[in-house]
Amino acid sequence: MTEPLLQAVNLQCERDKRILFRELSFSILPGTVTRVEGPNGSGKTTLLRILAGLNDAWTGNINWCGAPVASQRETFLRNILYIGHRPGIKSLLTPTENLRALMAGRRPVSDIALRRALQGTGLAGYEDVPCCNLSAGQQRRVALARLLIADEPLWLLDEVFTAIDAEGVSALETLLHQRAVEGGAVLVTTHHNLELPGMQKLILGAGDAINEH
Amino acid sequence: MNTEAPPEVRLARNRVGVLAAMKGVFARDIKLAFRQRQDLLNPLLFFVMVVTLFPLGVSPEISFLSEAGAGILWVAALLSVLLSLDHLFRHDFDDGTLEQLVLQPQPLFLLILAKTVAHWMLTGLPLVLLTPVLGVMVHLDGNSIGVLCLTLLIGTPVLSLIGAIGAALTLGLRSAGVLLSLLVIPLYIPVLIFGTGTVAAASDGAAVGAYMALMGAFLMLALTLAPFAAAAALRISLSNG
Repeated sequence: MTEPLLQAVNLQCERDKRILFRELSFSILPGTVTRVEGPNGSGKTTLLRILAGLNDAWTGNINWCGAPVASQRETFLRNILYIGHRPGIKSLLTPTENLRALMAGRRPVSDIALRRALQGTGLAGYEDVPCCNLSAGQQRRVALARLLIADEPLWLLDEVFTAIDAEGVSALETLLHQRAVEGGAVLVTTHHNLELPGMQKLILGAGDAINEH
Repeated sequence: MNTEAPPEVRLARNRVGVLAAMKGVFARDIKLAFRQRQDLLNPLLFFVMVVTLFPLGVSPEISFLSEAGAGILWVAALLSVLLSLDHLFRHDFDDGTLEQLVLQPQPLFLLILAKTVAHWMLTGLPLVLLTPVLGVMVHLDGNSIGVLCLTLLIGTPVLSLIGAIGAALTLGLRSAGVLLSLLVIPLYIPVLIFGTGTVAAASDGAAVGAYMALMGAFLMLALTLAPFAAAAALRISLSNG
């Protein structure tokens, strides 16, 4: 039995006097892709933000590798990669500069690796164009380029398929699957019809949350 | 369940030092500011305009200007820093870079300190550099101008640091401008009083060492406490966002 990377125990979250979820417990094992499902407003984004530590309005326990997150915050933050609705791309900077700024606090990355990551997401030739001149989908791709050079074992991806074309979607699906095979874990919310072999589902908003395997 | 051996988990081990991360934050903010020069010029222009309007609006008499000059410059500097505060976190909040900043493994207060230093270099420092020119314009004598520059050099970082707390607290609000001013101005008043007091003492020929020491104490206090407060405020604002 492998130790779960991330374990949530009895999570409860209230928002605007409405209980989004209660008694939500699940484990994220290495080598898995988990899709968080639920209708709009069921708390998918909130759950991901809670797991990343961006939201404090919850009760329960979150453990990282068996110990509470609060006791090892630095290690935890170094080991997760969160991409939210707002992907953290500066429109005045070029894709290369954006990627460099995003990696600056995480690990040293060579220029060649940055370029290769951008080319890998289909941004070849746009490396030095300010992001405000790129399309919405291309801007998302800049954020996704991070995934190609990420060494964090746990990815929390919120609606990453938004504004990505069909070709990009299938490349991303392959990437997520590959990541799981390599031992990483991915937690993803999407309205895109994502089906990967061995994918787990975490369903929110249907009364009490259920964890299906 | 799959029957293969479970894959090996590789935790991310290599880390970036705190200083390197702070440098990254600082460099990015400076670069961004130079890509958007009108934001950079706005507080400076405001500063110059307020100071030049006083002789026109009140009195161009040398006696009035040399009496009130230091106060006018200090108030103008204070207001122009206040004007620039909303930009400190707002853009980062809107495009999600602030989330990524909070998720960096380094202590948040140090990263915010780096951002605040960048903010000061882009607003406070240019004001200090312009002060001698405007000081001559309002007929301050050489000694007063020197002391005024020194008080602004110590005082404007305090304004940026305190302002960072206010900017972080009001981040999640739709119309933050008014509340930000109301929150921050009372905390600016002591700095203003001692800043102008120092110049007044200098123009009377008194020793300014004690005043300067007090200003320095303000700076140390703000430097050590404000980043913590701003970091806590940021977390609250993000948590509601």
